[in-house]
Amino acid sequence: MKYTKDHEWIKVEGDTATIGITNHAQEQLGDVVFVELPAIGKKVVKGGEAAVVESVKAASEVYAPVTGEVTAVNKELEGDPALVNRGAEGDGWFMKVRLKDKSELADLMDKAAYDKFVAA
Amino acid sequence: MSEAPLLRTPLYDLHVSLDARVVPFAGYEMPVQYPTGILTEHNWTRGSAGLFDVSHMGQAFLVGPDRATTAAAIEKLVPGDVAGLAHARIRYTQLLNPQGGIIDDLMIGRSASAADDGALGLVVNASRKEEDFAWIAEHLPANVKLVRADDRALVALQGPKAAEVMARHAPNAIDLGFMMAASAEFDGFDCHIARSGYTGEDGFEISIKADKVRALAGALLAEPEVKPIGLGARDSLRLEAGLCLYGHDIDETTSPVEADLVWSIGKRRRMEGGFIGSARVLRELAEGPARKRVGIRPEGRAPARDGTIVTDMAGRRIGLITSGGFGPTANGPIAMGYVEAAFAAPGTAVQLIVRDKPMPAKVAAMPFVPHHYKR
Repeated sequence: MKYTKDHEWIKVEGDTATIGITNHAQEQLGDVVFVELPAIGKKVVKGGEAAVVESVKAASEVYAPVTGEVTAVNKELEGDPALVNRGAEGDGWFMKVRLKDKSELADLMDKAAYDKFVAA
Repeated sequence: MSEAPLLRTPLYDLHVSLDARVVPFAGYEMPVQYPTGILTEHNWTRGSAGLFDVSHMGQAFLVGPDRATTAAAIEKLVPGDVAGLAHARIRYTQLLNPQGGIIDDLMIGRSASAADDGALGLVVNASRKEEDFAWIAEHLPANVKLVRADDRALVALQGPKAAEVMARHAPNAIDLGFMMAASAEFDGFDCHIARSGYTGEDGFEISIKADKVRALAGALLAEPEVKPIGLGARDSLRLEAGLCLYGHDIDETTSPVEADLVWSIGKRRRMEGGFIGSARVLRELAEGPARKRVGIRPEGRAPARDGTIVTDMAGRRIGLITSGGFGPTANGPIAMGYVEAAFAAPGTAVQLIVRDKPMPAKVAAMPFVPHHYKR
């Protein structure tokens, strides 16, 4: 698992990446009440807006950690957005993306670096 | 405001000890939520009783020689009927500027005791108290004084179990009906207790000397029915109740008629006028306002926030959302805002421009969740 400074996580298997928001992010957001997911087939760009997560308090953008094409979204979040709070880095995943360029993963943080980033 | 150091209420240390997330609000460091989160706090208040620290709000007394003089002095500044207030009654009204815009909304109360009849109690918004008190003081006749009560704290206990909790500490308070207030003792401490609040639920607002409020809050939080509630749930509760937030739903450009607060304008005041801002208020009462505050329900699950543009079905801009979010009890997104008067009827189809896309919505009657006041 790798992490971004915008508090997304990404897990790569083969040429497909699963993307979500970190546990730290869900703690900061509080109760999630709505998630707007991209359409399947949408091209996302590294650092570009890929989804929106709304808590009781506010809306926040979720940025794509990598460039690629959306191949799946987590339909469970439509009926149960609080899944993001219960399992941010597991069952509360947002989307799967077919990677265009694996070298984009190089500048993402590993767990130790992300934990240090959050603590600072 | 941003350069001024943040103030703390007398309950700040309590909030920190309860692991509140503290944020700047209206010049104060205030709890936005406690560890269980806004949804849980909201639902707890609707189902049991929530304790809110509202000590940042402005409290003051107007003191004059007699009841008629004091009432007439404040009636110059507000459209509410103050002279007609009975003993132990409180009334919601607004301070208006000369253009009929709202400087602030406030509560005005008359004591239960005839001995206090030259005095009225005021409670105003934290974010506006300096402006309000300066405005009021500037417009009072020489024989009526504004006396700030900065030595007093204020807490609210709200929810269906508030009355049974209060019965254990301030038994006299449960005799009060909605929008009544009286001096009372809470565990032996002198306080002023009002049956009012900002959640749509039955509840009480308790004004007490600042050095006694920690003991009062501790006694309430020791009750199994009571949990502390932060500003986040306060906002979702008042939005479901259809109540205005100053600086969002009302401000110096909106009139009480546009804001759908006509119910708070006394009949005698409409006949007589004579208050600051009355020209616009009376004209809008006669002709109808050009725009009106309404409830709006988005049809999907996505909330529409403050600042969202409202259009008609053809895409023409007809208004603006001033408060919006998710209503936990309403179980969906809810909002309020201003639309052109022709679109103000409940059921009217409109569109909300959320992230550059039109989203279907309908004008809706408020409150979104029925009030449960003690009548």
